[in-house]
Amino acid sequence: MPFFVIFLAMIIVPLAYAGYLSFFREQLVGGVSFAGFDNYTKAFQDVAFLSGVARMALFLVVQVPIMLVASLFFALALDSGMVRLSKFVRLGIFVPYAVPAVVATLMWGYLYGPDFGPFAQLAELLGLPKPPFLAPGTVLFSIINIVNWEFIGYNMIIIYAALRSIAPELYEAARVDGASEPRIAWAIKIPAVRPALILTIIFSVIGSFQLFTEPQLLRTMAPGSISTSYTPNLYAYTLAFVNQDANYAAAIAFLLGMVIMALSYLVQLWNQRKERRA
Amino acid sequence: MSTSQPGIRTGPDRAGTGSLTDEALDAQTGAASPTRYREDRPQRKSNILTVVMLVVVLAYFLFPLYWLVVASTKSNADLFSTFGLWFADFSLIDNLRMVFTVQDGVFGLWVLNSLFYSVVSAVGGALLATAAGYAFAKYQFPGDKALFSIILGAIMVPTTALAIPTYLLFARAQLTDTAWAIILPSLVSPFGVYLMRVYAADAVDTSLMEAARVDGVGEIRIFFQVALRLLVPGSVTVLLFGLVATWNNYFLPLIMLNTPEKFPLTVGLWQWQSTAAAGSGAQAMFSTVITGSLVSIIPLVLAFLFLQRFWQSGLSTGGVKA
Repeated sequence: MPFFVIFLAMIIVPLAYAGYLSFFREQLVGGVSFAGFDNYTKAFQDVAFLSGVARMALFLVVQVPIMLVASLFFALALDSGMVRLSKFVRLGIFVPYAVPAVVATLMWGYLYGPDFGPFAQLAELLGLPKPPFLAPGTVLFSIINIVNWEFIGYNMIIIYAALRSIAPELYEAARVDGASEPRIAWAIKIPAVRPALILTIIFSVIGSFQLFTEPQLLRTMAPGSISTSYTPNLYAYTLAFVNQDANYAAAIAFLLGMVIMALSYLVQLWNQRKERRA
Repeated sequence: MSTSQPGIRTGPDRAGTGSLTDEALDAQTGAASPTRYREDRPQRKSNILTVVMLVVVLAYFLFPLYWLVVASTKSNADLFSTFGLWFADFSLIDNLRMVFTVQDGVFGLWVLNSLFYSVVSAVGGALLATAAGYAFAKYQFPGDKALFSIILGAIMVPTTALAIPTYLLFARAQLTDTAWAIILPSLVSPFGVYLMRVYAADAVDTSLMEAARVDGVGEIRIFFQVALRLLVPGSVTVLLFGLVATWNNYFLPLIMLNTPEKFPLTVGLWQWQSTAAAGSGAQAMFSTVITGSLVSIIPLVLAFLFLQRFWQSGLSTGGVKA
């Protein structure tokens, strides 16, 4: 089975290799030596790494709910039949998914930018200070906006497809009984698409902790606001390719993988518990 | 194929396959099989509020693209001196010429590279996922359940966490800075295998395989001549999303490749952007980056518009998040 060979080579082996590397340390004198858990204890005391993780946690807590609530809302609105031109609207919201993250970041970066960004131009016209989209305190929210822009449509389509496969009989009766659309959405439709929601939550958690493209590119526009350890992934990249510290980078990558898997697992546990209660 | 034990599975036996929200994934995979969308319901009345909301929402999602189109028609000087949301002197043609000729036309190479990497990865990946999914659905072999649980777990392994160790491995094997470095890691799609397993369980009739076996057809020929044809709709979905994932991939080629002639579009644009932002190089770089960005999104946007039928049923199968 060629698949399993490649699967093994591309997923299991790198994972094992990262684990293996992370236990070593390269020194200027004496070459590579076994370091045990040193790289891990170092990571847990490394302010740069920890603040990156904390930043991603904040990102997760803010971005994922906004994105999923918006996706769910649009999906419900489109499904309710109250929206005209629903096909066009659906495509319009979805089209950013076809835009590579690199291009999305470039576009938004220019839009945010103080030189020829239209917001800055407008502010100047009105004699207001330029909006500080790329300042250290606000840049995280600017990134959140980019990620939302990219993925709301994608998640909306997943939820929408799930909504479309609910049998209409389920809520026609409720409608006859005079239940309002929001009531139907809350009591019937949302529970029915819960599996799809869980799926989008898991993919969002996996996605947000891997954040790399957006901050790495915005750094070229706002180097002062985004450090090289802004996200754990960016940090691992810097360690491996700028600092040439492959062993420590492997430890960070390995830890990051573990954090993400643990979180996805938690989402599932929470889901199963809720299911049992229901 | 593991052909030795044709113990046939009846039904989609999913017991013991780990807990990766089987239920969630199953709910999604329904639409991979012939779509069961309802026909559009009669439109209920819309009021002013929903119309206003819609306009706002659409404006938000289309606004950056509108800006990109406007900006790509401007010269570098006009970018700075004219208002960003309206046209100035029309220099799109000049910009395009610039995009395709600067640095000896390296942009054209990037387009071809992106195309090459994504087509090879997507076709290869879809074939592998189809074969593996089919094997899981229709054969029993030692350790199949354990292996499948591992694959389900692998769906959650973040690809970027793998990228750096993969790079280090490839560096040892001297595979970095080659096309292999992009294609090999992109061939593996655990989620694709999952989808194809669910799909194959329903799409391929086991009695058909039995009949072929009675006629003395080998297992490998059964796969290629009987099963593969039935599996095509599912495979196309996996293929389409593999295409997007590789086309949009940035991190992997960024770390694997050093030679500009081998870059895909994403990394190439990044390189131009860093040059432009650093203020060095040709002075007209910003308009080139912007026009290049526009050119690079057109193929995918068109593909999505024309292949709606595929991705709309495909996205409901879950899909791949880049």
